[in-house]
Amino acid sequence: MKSRKLASDIVVNGTLGILCLLWTVPTFGVLVSSFRQPEALRETGWWKTAPGEFTLANYEQVVGGKEYPDPTLPGGVAQGEDMGRSFLNSLTVTVPSTLIPIMIAAFAAYGFAWMRFPGRKVFFVFVVALLVVPLQIALIPILRDYMQINLTGTFLAVWLAHTGFGLPLATYLLFNYISSLPRDLLESAFIDGASHFTIFTRLILPLSLPALASFAIFQFLWVWNDLLVALVFIGGTPEVAVLTQRLQEMTGSRGQDWHLLTAGAFVTMVVPLLVFFGLQRYFVRGLLAGSVKG
Amino acid sequence: MGRSTHLERPGRFWQHVVATIGRLLISLLVPVITFVVIWQVFLFLRAGNAPRLVLVVAGIVWGVGGVAALFVLANWVVERLPARWASGLRPFVFVGPALVILGWYLALPTVRTFYFSFFDAASKNFVGLTNYVFAVTDAAMRESFRNNLLWLIVGSGLSVVFGLLIAILADRSRFEKLAKSIIFLPMAISFVGAGVIWRFIYFYRPASAEQIGLLNAVVVALGGTPVAWITKQPWNNLFLVAIMIWLNTGYAMVLLSAALKGVPAELLEAGRIDGATEVQIFFRIIIPAIKGTIITVATTILIGCLKIFDIVFVMTNGNYGTEVIASQFYKQMFKFQNFGRGGAIAIILLLAVTPVMIYNLRQFREREAFA
Repeated sequence: MKSRKLASDIVVNGTLGILCLLWTVPTFGVLVSSFRQPEALRETGWWKTAPGEFTLANYEQVVGGKEYPDPTLPGGVAQGEDMGRSFLNSLTVTVPSTLIPIMIAAFAAYGFAWMRFPGRKVFFVFVVALLVVPLQIALIPILRDYMQINLTGTFLAVWLAHTGFGLPLATYLLFNYISSLPRDLLESAFIDGASHFTIFTRLILPLSLPALASFAIFQFLWVWNDLLVALVFIGGTPEVAVLTQRLQEMTGSRGQDWHLLTAGAFVTMVVPLLVFFGLQRYFVRGLLAGSVKG
Repeated sequence: MGRSTHLERPGRFWQHVVATIGRLLISLLVPVITFVVIWQVFLFLRAGNAPRLVLVVAGIVWGVGGVAALFVLANWVVERLPARWASGLRPFVFVGPALVILGWYLALPTVRTFYFSFFDAASKNFVGLTNYVFAVTDAAMRESFRNNLLWLIVGSGLSVVFGLLIAILADRSRFEKLAKSIIFLPMAISFVGAGVIWRFIYFYRPASAEQIGLLNAVVVALGGTPVAWITKQPWNNLFLVAIMIWLNTGYAMVLLSAALKGVPAELLEAGRIDGATEVQIFFRIIIPAIKGTIITVATTILIGCLKIFDIVFVMTNGNYGTEVIASQFYKQMFKFQNFGRGGAIAIILLLAVTPVMIYNLRQFREREAFA
């Protein structure tokens, strides 16, 4: 009996170990490669890395635009990439694109959950029904509107677009949470003479923090990792391009420069990975609550 | 009596009038001033004459603070109105902004896209169903439908299978937390980032050179000849789907693992006492018990596969027979500027997503999983 237990233990942990290895190797290979010398990268696979050949130069070239030697070019040097700027752009796009929809959705969720007004049911069905609309449908009409009011290429345009596309899910999830808060809580606040606005900001928002945090993480990752909305509404100039755009562009223009591509990939991944490791608990909770946008 | 007091103190009346006008003026002025301030900051930010970092921080504060200010302001104005109006308008301070934005960004665009899907490339002449006929008969579109079907079946199927397998193994392992974190990690990575990671795996060089892509290095080490994975039709589609599976298995695993832990132990115990084998227990007890979650997971990933765009865009740009619906849409809209055809494809996408989404939502409601 005991030896059977041991055998099943080995099978379980062995299979799990192999799967984990399969899942880690792709990322690990890129991480190792991003610290290797360009020539070494071109000549041997990352699994043959010798200790001591590591360098930070790739990151300097990809973030700060530092030049690096390239014998195939006439001048002998190639210009690096200015991903530092894209990093700031990503930050400027992502933070408001996360907080604005959550704020608007929380207000709406409270309104739908705790206020009585004509058309409440119809409006709520309207919000949930929009969950099915793929954002592709909205791109051209919105782009036309933006051109008319001269908003294309501004960060405001992208914030609002992400807000619109994130709102149905945000409202739906926050409604599920806020409507499940105990009713007597609100009634006693009302008896004390508090207004809806006060109850919402002082009572409901703090109580909903777990749900807000879960959704915030998702929206943050979603916006940070988004490519399509950025491509359509930001435009490709280096001044405004976000990280995903820049990396996508690099896969075309620098398809063979693996020292830049691997380091660049990690520059785009740093923030999501920090969020992931720091807030994994909320992340899992958000998933269980249904925070997934197709 | 009341009238005489009124006559006795005519000053009171005028005071009342002045106060009302004053209140009205303030109610008008405060919003106007707020708007002007927000607009001026917008112009300042757009001019971009400040250091980069200052602009970033100012932009974030302006955007988030501006929205918060508008909410406070709307509430302030409504509370200043006569009570009957205030109670009628108050709910719309809360739900109004969401409804307006959703109307502008999703509801109206759906109608507009539907409308111009019946017009030609420049949205000038009515062409009837021509664009839809194109969308189902064109060679590239047929290829897209075929590939999307592959994405749907293999992508969501294997994500669920791997997710379930790992959830079960992790449940019986001492390294549960670590293993789950590792499998879960790719969820934080963007499709573009994943694209670079997997291009590196699939990287191909002629047999004469040393392989630096892992997959070809393995092939060569086993005595084979290197393969150009990305361009090898029709298998290259499967290699792209593998990226999706790599990204989504963590999601499937988290949900299925939570569901597994919810299967009552007595149920499994009863099965064992009745002499069922582990395999029977798995298929007869565990699977039926977590069926709802499996459907939720599968449909969610299904929707993701239907809309898949970034992976194809980054890896092949739709070349080598890897076109999918969303990449065709992007090409029609932004490369060929054919808004009629693009619109028709978008509507087809909507029609494909809708039933899956409805099913998904219904399943989700039944589980009532929000903790």
